[in-house]
Amino acid sequence: SRRTMSRAMGLVGLLLGLVVVPAVLVSTNLRRGAPRTETEPEPSGWELAADAVPEDSLWPLPQWVRTYPRQLQLAPSRFQLVHGAGSSAGPGCGLLQDAFRRYYEYMFGHSRWRTRGRRPLAARAEPELFQLQVVIEAGDPGCDRHPQLTSSEAYHLTVTEPVAILKAYEVWGALRGLETFSQLVHEDDYGSFLVNESEINDFPRFAHRGVLLDTSRHYLPLKSILTNLDAMAFNKFNVLHWHIVDDQSFPYQSIYFPELSDKGAYSSNLIYTPTDVRLVIEYARLRGIRVIPEFDTPGHTQSWGKGQKDLLTPCYKGRQPTGSFGPVNPIWNTTYDFMTKFFKEISSVFPDELIHLGGDEVDFSCWKSNPEVKEFMKKQGFGTDYAKLESYYVQNILDIVSSYNKGQMVWQEVFDHKAQLKPDTVVQVWMANNYAHELSSVTGAGFTTVLSAPWYLDYISYGQDWKKYYSVEPLNFPGSEKQKKLVIGGEACLWGEFVDATNLTPRLWPRASAVGERLWSSSNVTNLQDAYKRLTNHRCRML
Amino acid sequence: AENEPSWETPCSELLIYVSTPGCDGFPSLDSKEDYKLSISRGSMLLSAETVWGALRGLETFSQLIGRDESGTYYINETEIVDFPRFPHRGLLLDTSRHYLPLRAILETVDVMAYNKFNVFHWHIVDDPSFPYESSTFPELSKRGAFNAMTHVYTASDVRTVIEYARLRGIRVIAEFDTPGHTLSWGPGAPGLLTRCYVGKAPSGIYGPINPIVNSTYQFVTSLFQEVSTVFPDSFLHLGGDEVDFTCWKSNPEIRAFMKEMGFGEDYKKLESFYIQRLLHIVSSLGKGYIVWQEVFDNDVKLRPDTIIHVWKENSMQYLNEVANVTRAGYRALLSAPWYLNRISYGQDWIAAYKVEPLDFAGVPEQKALVMGGEACMWGEYVDVTNLTPRLW
Repeated sequence: SRRTMSRAMGLVGLLLGLVVVPAVLVSTNLRRGAPRTETEPEPSGWELAADAVPEDSLWPLPQWVRTYPRQLQLAPSRFQLVHGAGSSAGPGCGLLQDAFRRYYEYMFGHSRWRTRGRRPLAARAEPELFQLQVVIEAGDPGCDRHPQLTSSEAYHLTVTEPVAILKAYEVWGALRGLETFSQLVHEDDYGSFLVNESEINDFPRFAHRGVLLDTSRHYLPLKSILTNLDAMAFNKFNVLHWHIVDDQSFPYQSIYFPELSDKGAYSSNLIYTPTDVRLVIEYARLRGIRVIPEFDTPGHTQSWGKGQKDLLTPCYKGRQPTGSFGPVNPIWNTTYDFMTKFFKEISSVFPDELIHLGGDEVDFSCWKSNPEVKEFMKKQGFGTDYAKLESYYVQNILDIVSSYNKGQMVWQEVFDHKAQLKPDTVVQVWMANNYAHELSSVTGAGFTTVLSAPWYLDYISYGQDWKKYYSVEPLNFPGSEKQKKLVIGGEACLWGEFVDATNLTPRLWPRASAVGERLWSSSNVTNLQDAYKRLTNHRCRML
Repeated sequence: AENEPSWETPCSELLIYVSTPGCDGFPSLDSKEDYKLSISRGSMLLSAETVWGALRGLETFSQLIGRDESGTYYINETEIVDFPRFPHRGLLLDTSRHYLPLRAILETVDVMAYNKFNVFHWHIVDDPSFPYESSTFPELSKRGAFNAMTHVYTASDVRTVIEYARLRGIRVIAEFDTPGHTLSWGPGAPGLLTRCYVGKAPSGIYGPINPIVNSTYQFVTSLFQEVSTVFPDSFLHLGGDEVDFTCWKSNPEIRAFMKEMGFGEDYKKLESFYIQRLLHIVSSLGKGYIVWQEVFDNDVKLRPDTIIHVWKENSMQYLNEVANVTRAGYRALLSAPWYLNRISYGQDWIAAYKVEPLDFAGVPEQKALVMGGEACMWGEYVDVTNLTPRLW
């Protein structure tokens, strides 16, 4: 019932109930085939091929899987996902309660099981599986926390009669395990829900497994973002890199600087209010997904200038301003006053430990044209090396953000142009040309890095391009063991120049699934035929 | 003020005048789609020779209506005289590689109307699946569809599509592609497909339709009899593309037949033998036909009224093909540069837009044989989850 759904959302207030309920309905509709308007009961299971083995349904492939031929049946009216004895989490753990309901629906559908006929189970040979018990082992399960880079996502799943046990150190591992368990449950030709006896030991190869969404080139309605968070959870992604503003539009409604979106958004309804942002963060959190916002400066900031006068550099032709503007003005104190206040807000709105500061593709021509900037360059002794000016700016921003106890992520240019980074700044490698070399350089200099270069999913092409994303080996670069450890993961990027709500989901999925497995599964999971088999099953299940 | 539009008294009706009756008929290749639109103070008139022209004019009229900042609907004084450059403007959907539910087809037909397309080329069956429910041969879809209960087009579905299209001035041309692209026909029609051989024994694999047995022609006659009745358009698309000769070559009975007929090693002659009989069958059912270009390329003897569908794209050579086809006196349809299933990054609509179908060396009589073209959305990687944003 609707009331139950609202209550179960935990932290989300009653006011959000109206927004939340449709979102929850969307999330479950995505998983099971019924289109939005049909009223007949949704088909609840999906069927494997006749000669399939249970592993044929798993994506990403767990680190260690053992399945047995013995099958157990599940009766939807009786089967329960519960907290196990000795778990540090209990009914007060909203995150797990929400997950239990969500995964029950994924496995069995919304169908009105109570009204279905009860045929005695004795008619079947298989024993019944009554429960999946979830046991969280850490003293502090993490129910009310936000996931972090160092969160544990490991889990151990034992499926045997009469109860299956899912053990995880923290709730994040339980979420991953629930997804895997739901992938093992299948329907036979007669509609019976079955699961093979199995044992799974699993943990991610990389801790940072992200998807970048761009909401500036095209506004993405909340529903789109939430649907994608659901899809990410099916694929065990754990980072939403929200490239929220850019040149084209500024949809982020700032509390301190409301003019930014008033003047910079495409229109007054194409914005993300503080409530929207909180909803995305919470929806993600309940799926073990971090939300890392990116406020890209000093380039990619045209839309900022609409609502914030004197932030951007006026471009000149000779001695006259042309009327157009370039990157953020790095020489005025007002710039840093603004950034100090702005990032104070961002630091409090977004709970993640990291903020992405951008720093890519800064076009120096406007700076070069501006006489005040040229004067400044002279005074600072930068000569004609504008990369130094960029670094000067970036370092100031890094300091500002650091002072709010946030870590920073930057695009590779910031490193390439030799800005002085903090030791824990994360460098995101995106330029496709010779990215292995870049990985060597970045890790060689001691910085942690996230790889995106081979995974620009906005670059569509004909045919099964998932294979080329799958075949990437992130650690294939010259470097020591120590260096390789600095590669904390990667991100599939879906830039928004040609993407909006009408085509986002089919463009991103299941292609991003290939990246998901590459980042979770073991490095020796590379067989394309096996991947194809599992991916086709997984894709149909995601629909 | 000088620059303000002058608001006239509100317009209350668009008068539509159609000179030739024909509301209950079907559009055809020869249908006139001309219309005139005259919007002036006091009167809005849409006049067309046929209802099909009126439909085109209504679409244009709907595009002229604007809405100002306060929400007021308005329309400028306008004079439009319009008619299509090409009479055959089609879109191909492939419902065999992936089944497309009825709503996807109907939605596509709606958007076709927004864009003044007038032919829906329904590539309804192929190797992977046979979703067409045949009343004469129910086993075809029972055994050949991805799921005989859910992934089929019933007779009622087909009627729905045809009528929905008709109401939008869109012809439905069904394609039952033979003799290749027919693997899904095999399970429901035993003996129809050629058994491939490895040495002296059948390999268990099947190939194109078997062209040497009478049962094939009996089957084809019955099937096309049904198809000709079900689909009212004067044309059927008979396919004929990508016939792989290896299976035929491996089959000893066929080799014997080739010898008997004096075809030597030229299997194009065997293909020709089949196609000619097929064309004769279809012709005697009173239908015209469209075939893919291989049928022309392989020197099959064709009837002069055959329409050749040019689809092979190897760096602009397709215009040469159009030139050859029209020089030989056949009418042509162009699809080669418009394979929209071949997606690529960025604004690829520009490349499609820049195509000039008549940009080949030829006399005016030849150019007049180019009937138009079709955008093709082959279904290998397309289903209802991504069809609409990929196509439009």
